[in-house]
Amino acid sequence: MSAAAGGAAVLRAGEAALLHGFAQRKWRALAVPAVLLAYFAYIFFAFDLGAVIGHAKPSRAETLLRDVWSYKTEVTRRNRAGTLEVAIEGERNGTYPQTAPPDWVRHDGETTKIALPDGAQVTYLPGAKAELRIPGFGSVHVGMQGRRVVLQLPEGKTRPGWISASRTRVAIDRGSWRFSMTRNETRTFRYFAGWELFFFTLDSPFHGKSWTQLAALAMSDRQVVPGMSNLRAMAYDIWTNKVWHHGMVAGAMLETVLMAFLGTMGAGLIALPLAFLAARNFMQLNVLRLALRRVFDFLRGVDGLIWTVILSRAFGPGPLTGSLAILLTDTGTFGKMFSEALENIEGKQVEGVASTGANALQRARFGVIPQLAPVILSQLLYYLESNTRSATVIGAIVGGGIGLLLTQAIVTGKDWEEVTYYVILVVITVMLMDGLSGWIRRKFIKG
Amino acid sequence: MPPHDPNLTEIYIAHARRKRLYGGLILAVFVALMAAGFHTADARNAGGFLAGLHRIFDFPAEIFSEALAKWRALPGRMWGALPALIETLNVAAVSIVIGGLGAMLLAVLSTPGLAPWPRLVPLFRRLMDILRALPEIVTALVLIYLLGGGPVAGMVAITLHGFGALGKLFAEVAENADLRPVEGLQSTGATWVQRIWFGVIPQVAPNWSSYALLRFEINIRASAILGFVGAGGIGYDLKTALQWGAGRYDSVVAIFALLFLTIVVVDTVSDRARNRLVRGGKLAEGRI
Repeated sequence: MSAAAGGAAVLRAGEAALLHGFAQRKWRALAVPAVLLAYFAYIFFAFDLGAVIGHAKPSRAETLLRDVWSYKTEVTRRNRAGTLEVAIEGERNGTYPQTAPPDWVRHDGETTKIALPDGAQVTYLPGAKAELRIPGFGSVHVGMQGRRVVLQLPEGKTRPGWISASRTRVAIDRGSWRFSMTRNETRTFRYFAGWELFFFTLDSPFHGKSWTQLAALAMSDRQVVPGMSNLRAMAYDIWTNKVWHHGMVAGAMLETVLMAFLGTMGAGLIALPLAFLAARNFMQLNVLRLALRRVFDFLRGVDGLIWTVILSRAFGPGPLTGSLAILLTDTGTFGKMFSEALENIEGKQVEGVASTGANALQRARFGVIPQLAPVILSQLLYYLESNTRSATVIGAIVGGGIGLLLTQAIVTGKDWEEVTYYVILVVITVMLMDGLSGWIRRKFIKG
Repeated sequence: MPPHDPNLTEIYIAHARRKRLYGGLILAVFVALMAAGFHTADARNAGGFLAGLHRIFDFPAEIFSEALAKWRALPGRMWGALPALIETLNVAAVSIVIGGLGAMLLAVLSTPGLAPWPRLVPLFRRLMDILRALPEIVTALVLIYLLGGGPVAGMVAITLHGFGALGKLFAEVAENADLRPVEGLQSTGATWVQRIWFGVIPQVAPNWSSYALLRFEINIRASAILGFVGAGGIGYDLKTALQWGAGRYDSVVAIFALLFLTIVVVDTVSDRARNRLVRGGKLAEGRI
């Protein structure tokens, strides 16, 4: 009877302990989200998120998105001189010749008729005047009166939200096209989907040809550019495209990959012999071993950013500076990793090689390296891929490679299609490197 | 004992010779690539390698001698840079929390045995590949353009990159998880969330935490470097101090020292923690 009572007591005690455990876990499960929530609340105020959202510029996001997938052609008239210019994105390299404007711009003496989407039409009239025919709204007249810009709406209409007017400027924004008149200029933007002049610029004989026409030209023997086969002429025109600079961009991308390659491989080459001196089983001299370890820690601890800053002072801006910064940081990382890998190798293989009378160098070559090679190779490949991304950032600071082009294009804040182009290039390159390194690892490192 | 082939030695020697030839060829190509690459980088750099080599210690000597002359001001400078350092650490911490949570979700969604929609697995994998390949600086600079400079841009950029980078590693761990607990839970009628929460998370938690810690180290470095291009924190302070030039070099040294100490401390602590987390299980180190 006492045994049964004792058993029941133990059971009760066990039950109590179990319940207590559950309660504790419940508390812990609640505590983690609570702590996180408190932290996020702190961050909300520390980063002043309210103000950040308040100061955000949605109009910039709108222009950015529009610019990414479309381009605009500008039809500009200087009001004083009466000269007209039709240019893609307003760039000099994208300016149509005076005699051959695009087919939606018609030139007739001093009047210019610009056909726009949805049946709208803008007519530049002589004497700094313009008439806009907007279907569903009527005819709008804009002109100069003395030094003022004057807007005249159709009878009985009030000014809608998409027209803004002041003494110095009238602007009309219809989404797919825009119009503005100031004292100096009358300007119409028409938006088109796509990236303009991506392959051939206006001065290329291949501009405006369809894919089938281009394919036919590539096959034909009739040379468009004398002295060059058509295929070569096309390749040349694309490569030296004056708006997109494909050749230069490819060079910059290659420069970034080069920075990553030189930095990673150079670091590997330096770190490998040093790792032997820093591994417990190869270096009996503790002072040297520990000193080397500290050197590795130092190289790693001084961030790539600091190395970049210091090296730029010595070597000036450029890809070499970038690759040396990567090299220094990664020498520390690899030195640590390789020496740890060396400490974990199997001793029996080395003994086997030693039993044949091999000297220290031969023991390292035939006993150690074959065990170490897979670790080294896979780490080098991982870092090569990740350093390609780092080289983009470092390039932005040292002024080399695609990172420089990216920062320049983003800072000017108008060529977002170019930014997109560079980003796509970087993403594709990194993904290719990823795939390549995966393939090499599977091929050479079994298991 | 198998019959001895008299040609065996010759075959072996020929094989070894061919292997050595290939090895030598690969080595030669590698050396040529390194040499050509170095030459190109050297030619495209503003200052040459040899010309700059003896100047390498000039700048450190300059800033350290100035800092040494003003050594009394150094602790004050370091104290002054502390808020910026905390901002940099906060960016890294928020990115690892949000990035980690997102990566957990992405990892589960892209692991065939666990995904609620198995057909969408390739889609989530591609998404992670793209997020991983997108350099942080691009996201950061675009956000700086839209929101103005500050830590938020860096935070979002590092978080987005973390989704992809951590997600891939998390998915590799999740793929190797034992599915029997999940099946057991399913037999009791557990929902998908319950199956993942009680069946998978306990198995992968040590490795996931270890990867997250490693990512935190990387995030601190990324956060500092993004600050340099305008995303706030200690990187931004470093840039302003450098632009000021001589006279503010004590600040530069103070920032260098703070950044160095932070990275060494975090690296050491997280190294210990990771060793404890995955003791027994092997973890490939340094995978990014």
